[in-house]
Amino acid sequence: MRLELRGITKRFGSLVANDQISITVEPGQIHSLLGENGAGKSTLMNVLFGLLHPDEGEILIDGVPTKFENSGEAVRRGIGMVHQHFMLVPVFTVAENVVLGFEPTKSFNRVDYQKATDDIRRVSKEFNLEVDPDAVIESLPVGIQQRVEILKALSHDAEILILDEPTAVLTPQEIDALMEIMRSLAAAGKSILFITHKLKEVKAVADVITIIRQGRVVGTAEPSASESELASMMVGRDVELTVKKEPFSPGEDVFEIRDLVVRDDRGLAAVNGVSLNVRSGEILALAGVQGNGQTELVEAIAGMRPVESGTITLNGRDITNASPRKVLDAGLGHIPEDRQRDGLVMSMTVADNLVLNTPRRAPFAKRGTRNLAAVTENAVRLIKDFDIRTESPQEIVSSLSGGNQQKVIVARELSRELTFLVASQPTRGLDVGSIEYVHRQMVNHRNLGNAALVVSSELDEVFALADRIAVMYAGKISGVVDPSVSRESIGLLMAGTVMETAHD
Amino acid sequence: MTDTTPSVTPPKTRHTALVWMTSQSPIVVTVLALVLGFFVGAIIIITTTPAVLDAWRGLFHSWGAPGHAIKVTLDNVGAAYRSMFTGSVFDPSQLWHSITTGKGFDASLTPISETLTYATPLIIVSTGVGIAFQTGIFNIGANGQAVLGGIAGGVAGSMLHMPMILHLPVTLIAGIAGGMVCGVIPGVLKAFTGAHEVIVTIMLNYVVYAFLLFAVLSTAFQRPGQSNDISRTMDPSAQLPPLFGSTSGLRVSYGIFIALAVVLFAWWFLDRSSIGFDFRVTGANPSAARASGISSRTVIVLVFLVSGGLAGLAGVVQAASTTHYVDGGFLIGNAGIGFTAITIALLGRNRPMGILLSSLLFAALGVGGRTMQAATGIPLDLATVIQSIVVLFVATPVLVKEIFRLRAAKTQAVQLATQGWGS
Repeated sequence: MRLELRGITKRFGSLVANDQISITVEPGQIHSLLGENGAGKSTLMNVLFGLLHPDEGEILIDGVPTKFENSGEAVRRGIGMVHQHFMLVPVFTVAENVVLGFEPTKSFNRVDYQKATDDIRRVSKEFNLEVDPDAVIESLPVGIQQRVEILKALSHDAEILILDEPTAVLTPQEIDALMEIMRSLAAAGKSILFITHKLKEVKAVADVITIIRQGRVVGTAEPSASESELASMMVGRDVELTVKKEPFSPGEDVFEIRDLVVRDDRGLAAVNGVSLNVRSGEILALAGVQGNGQTELVEAIAGMRPVESGTITLNGRDITNASPRKVLDAGLGHIPEDRQRDGLVMSMTVADNLVLNTPRRAPFAKRGTRNLAAVTENAVRLIKDFDIRTESPQEIVSSLSGGNQQKVIVARELSRELTFLVASQPTRGLDVGSIEYVHRQMVNHRNLGNAALVVSSELDEVFALADRIAVMYAGKISGVVDPSVSRESIGLLMAGTVMETAHD
Repeated sequence: MTDTTPSVTPPKTRHTALVWMTSQSPIVVTVLALVLGFFVGAIIIITTTPAVLDAWRGLFHSWGAPGHAIKVTLDNVGAAYRSMFTGSVFDPSQLWHSITTGKGFDASLTPISETLTYATPLIIVSTGVGIAFQTGIFNIGANGQAVLGGIAGGVAGSMLHMPMILHLPVTLIAGIAGGMVCGVIPGVLKAFTGAHEVIVTIMLNYVVYAFLLFAVLSTAFQRPGQSNDISRTMDPSAQLPPLFGSTSGLRVSYGIFIALAVVLFAWWFLDRSSIGFDFRVTGANPSAARASGISSRTVIVLVFLVSGGLAGLAGVVQAASTTHYVDGGFLIGNAGIGFTAITIALLGRNRPMGILLSSLLFAALGVGGRTMQAATGIPLDLATVIQSIVVLFVATPVLVKEIFRLRAAKTQAVQLATQGWGS
């Protein structure tokens, strides 16, 4: 199926989200749409998927102008979409989610779960998408949830698959697997529209690259173009892809974990005997495939999950099982993995979010009364220092882009008096410009002699920041290595091979 | 997409001006909901008043019939709403009467005095419920808390004897404490065992109602010489005196100043105090509150103390200013002010100023409805219908905007939908 978008324009009030965008996707082609957050990619996809109606322009399928009144119509015309934020019912099983809205039925209109399950087994076998049809969605890791989304689209006979930032939530292995899937789908004649801001992935998998910036197509590129060429087209200026670091001169141990055991929500030992130390002036990167206990480890450090056994020490103080308040007061900064859930109050202003965990500290409050002038002043300063793009300190955080939301958290944490920063997936879902910025802030923090633990499942990030790399696998540390080792040896450690064999 | 937030462009035509206003301020939606409420009320008057129906039935009997039918309709609807207004806000004919007879202005001030009298406890209890809502807590037990506050205040007011300068504060504090005791139970249960506050508070209401009967029938508290479910009368030193003296006949009391003080306190508490900030953060995002070091247990117990304390204050203010005693049906009739408070808090969007205005509106509809019933025979229930419809429309702003053909509703809904996609 050949898809053509011709002169698509979409306005929201005075904002032009898409301005005369034209794109053609050939059958069997992986067409990559590259652009920063806020460039208008998702708006364009929502237009294509029938969720929004274009103000101008038309959509042609196999040369025939087509209009989608709603997404159901788009699905029937063979367009499948995998959203960045999954559209799954968390308490339903995989099979139930896949057939939702198109349930196969037995007599008396009963849902035929057996057929649903069998269909999923068949489709997942055909496209190499391993999923247990009977698993409940909320019990599955994000990577698998995404597979369910892809399965869902394929089971509705999609000919054109739109993948909206599919790799934002995936581990390197999962990304490789996804690309394999994309290639085999393309080989089977399906067209893929791959929306992303990650240059490596575009280069690895795309046949054609279209770059959009501020709602306009600014050019097309071949996959052979260099990363910095693509980045500067995308951002509109030259971008530093790696942050310069001062020479590494570690000091004393600031933070130490000994024999830590932490249970996850199901009562299993997600962290099973982990010992780590971080020195001042050092960034320790904790690499690993998502779901190997990193989340539980960070929650335990931040006082948000009980520690079963073992100790956590910060600046010589025992903070094992201390309350979040005590841990914060002990000098820990925390950039949480899920920024919208744990890091921000989306309905509150930028200014309030910038003092979210220090509302009582001078000068923000005095004898129980908040000093709003000081709160605003603090916000004005941090907005400037950390380059947060917002109309005013009183803007509601939910109206900021993901990158700027993350900057609010980074600004809040790094502006407190910290000795130790724990950052969990600090640049997940951010665009190149924001990643560069957040990395630079974290390196500055380290250059000032502070310690940091960065948990990341992105190897690029691990190598960009780390002074030492610890790899976590199945709740244990499978090795602590120098950043000069090869990606392959880290990959082996991430897959659970123990230290000795990973060494050259 | 949000890097380039749309800038607010001022409106060009009148139509877009309305769109712009509704997108900027929820107050406009509330006002439109009010208009719709009265519109639906008018339809109900038309379809239930025999005189109006008769006039329409004779529509084809003579050439003048249609005009007559319209006139009767307008007369009836007009009379109903006019009496509602003159009964609750201000009666111009009474003013003229006062001026010409020189008998003072009491009669012309009676409607507004009555409205304020009814509004006083509503403002206080609704503010408490609103604060709980903002913290993400559903305090369905405000009625029980208010009743227990009334009992405690009634006991302190009738069984202790001291000079007013001590007695009145002691009585009020007893009422607050009564509400707090009733509120802290679900608070502690939720904070430490996870028991759902809605269920606990609803059930506690019944416990309190039963306790109320027990209290007013107990030898110590029951009015001497009475076998009915009625308590002793509070000492004059424990009563909130009428604002214009006991001879004026105007019932509005100093309680209205307590209500205004509560509104002021609530504004400070939510917008300026550190605890209020913790409350709002907890209400808006409990996970982030926890990660930021706010103890949810402390907040839950505290919010029930504040909300219950205000409900208790409402109860004691009602007893000390209006009834001067409690009986077996104290604050329970008409669904109970604690339940009306939920509606008022919703209508006022849980903001102190909004709650103040909604309480006044509800009180005015209730008081005016009574005058309307007396003057036109249209049942008081119409006031309740209007109250309900206004709240219904406020709860569905999209519907209101559609009815008034505000396209803003559409674009806004789309923009909301796109927020979820990210970009």
